[in-house]
Amino acid sequence: MSATKTLFDKVWDSHVVHKIQDGPDVLFIDRHMVHEVTSPVAFLGIKNRNIPVMHPEKTFATADHNTPTINQHLPIADPLSANQLRMLEENANEYGISYWGLGHAKNGIVHVVGPEYGITQPGATIVCGDSHTSTHGAFGAIAFGIGTSEVEMVLATQCIMQPKPKRMRINVNGKMSRGVTPKDVALFIISQLTTSGATGYFVEYAGEIFRDMSMEGRMTVCNLSIEMGARGGMIAPDEKTFEYIKDREFTPKGADWDKAMAYWETLYTDEDAIFDKELTFDGSLIEPMITYGTNPGMGMGISNDIPMANAVQGGATTYQKSLKYMDFNEGESMMGKSIDFVFLGSCTNGRIEDFRAFASIVKGRKKADNVTAWLVPGSHKVESAIKEEGILDILTEAGFELREPGCSACLAMNDDKVPAGKLAVSTSNRNFEGRQGPGSRTLLASPLVAAAAAVTGKVTDPRELMVELV
Amino acid sequence: MAYDKFNTLTSTAVPLPIENVDTDQIIPARFLKATERVGFGDNLFRDWRYNQDNTLKEDFVLNQDKFSGKILVGGKNFGSGSSREHAAWSVYDYGFRCVVSSFFADIFRGNCLNIGVLPVQVSADFLQKIFDAVEADPSVELEISLPEQKIVLLSTGESESFDINGYKKNNMLNGFDDIDYLLNIKKDIETFAENTPL
Repeated sequence: MSATKTLFDKVWDSHVVHKIQDGPDVLFIDRHMVHEVTSPVAFLGIKNRNIPVMHPEKTFATADHNTPTINQHLPIADPLSANQLRMLEENANEYGISYWGLGHAKNGIVHVVGPEYGITQPGATIVCGDSHTSTHGAFGAIAFGIGTSEVEMVLATQCIMQPKPKRMRINVNGKMSRGVTPKDVALFIISQLTTSGATGYFVEYAGEIFRDMSMEGRMTVCNLSIEMGARGGMIAPDEKTFEYIKDREFTPKGADWDKAMAYWETLYTDEDAIFDKELTFDGSLIEPMITYGTNPGMGMGISNDIPMANAVQGGATTYQKSLKYMDFNEGESMMGKSIDFVFLGSCTNGRIEDFRAFASIVKGRKKADNVTAWLVPGSHKVESAIKEEGILDILTEAGFELREPGCSACLAMNDDKVPAGKLAVSTSNRNFEGRQGPGSRTLLASPLVAAAAAVTGKVTDPRELMVELV
Repeated sequence: MAYDKFNTLTSTAVPLPIENVDTDQIIPARFLKATERVGFGDNLFRDWRYNQDNTLKEDFVLNQDKFSGKILVGGKNFGSGSSREHAAWSVYDYGFRCVVSSFFADIFRGNCLNIGVLPVQVSADFLQKIFDAVEADPSVELEISLPEQKIVLLSTGESESFDINGYKKNNMLNGFDDIDYLLNIKKDIETFAENTPL
């Protein structure tokens, strides 16, 4: 047994309650986030067993997937969506769980509000019935998505059974070039690993590019870990992390803070710790990225041409089926393609930094007439910051409207659906067939690329629109 | 949740030789609004199965009468994407008890095991043999033995072994439940919780 450990090992090993022989570990869960879609059957399960929620104080519920992004003060028109929200509220009340529902000042996307209120902390184990729970890894937490049976398991026992994943470290050195954002870094990594390249692994992101990123940027990167198959991704906490969480509602205060800090400062990978797989990239070579296919691994630098089928990993049949769905051809350029929708938002890019980036491009310009734009903040807190920082004025001036918080067009469970055949540039996380509405076509990109598309009406390199720095 | 026991399954198979079949194809998000686990099979592969006017897409495999059975055979990286257990529920509710692929996405695999659908991972070569055999003759059967951890292509007798951890195997063979197991070690969990720093 080696004394040296990775960051991941330190957090995982310290949460193992019990090891099952020839089976999974029983892992204690510090924070359980709950939303309306993946929880009702789990609550029904504990109801049928006639057992309580073991730790309601470690459980946090918010409504986000189904919520409308306009007229949130009115009753929800869709009876099924309304029913899911009502069920969550009833369950939260019955079991003594705090519930930030529609209309609540703290409402927002579960992975946006968790960090905002300090629920997310370094060295914690965090689960939620949502694959983008990996977002919280930005704080040095082990955070991953779970299924509904596991939601029930955590409600009932505050534990989860999981085989320990393998460890992967992805090092990205260098600085981000002009026009490149954390989203591009993540899409680049996924394009290199493919959509299944990290399956079975838990990833640690290391290197200058991540150290230089804001917490918002780190969240974007960790959020997308699942898109290369990894259960989660994490970044060692540093001064930036501690500065971000200090004095938030749910973070420890006074002597408890000092005690927590003593633990948090041990959260780094020991120098000679071993990873099962290690990859290194030169970050200075990364361009603004865009996807052209139907999974997030099908991405490229925006100025490149769509690869030929014989040049990509995986079967040609699947690749060609994907391009056929997108109505694109091998070898063609994405630049200049006319687009119909722009979506700024989601747990990937619905934070204040993303709205600042979007505003930096649209400032002094006008929304293109052929574009419908949905700008959806990740939470009310983000919405307030947009207003306070004067970003709303810039957006309004340029012909954009700001909507109310929620998951929105990322998965189109509410009315924000891209119609069949229409092409959307989206800052969200999945370009699967029909993800943004039946028949919709999605190009994943950064807030800068989305902004450039929104004002030109076509796929445009944002660097062409960026103000030169003096 | 307790589920059906799984021992040995002999059945014809439904081939879906596409890679990276994601959870949004298995069950689109707009069908996740139920609050009980009923009726998900109707919307399995909804947008590949039906046109937007709800007529059948004749060329999709689930709409071809010649293919049927309790085993779904999918291409590499089956079940990628979302954590929605509804995807596994849809597969189960439609009537499948086993999914065979050369590679599974992590969460989907776990969800299947948690509801009693057996994920069987085989080599890329063996997967191709199954696709070829079933497409040439849809009446070809596969035999899947959980006790022996073995899958046999009955038309040729070729077989492969597959992995499953001993704990989950025992659960599936006996219909045992994870939460019962955890409630049995509740004292350990409570002691752990008292000493946790966060």
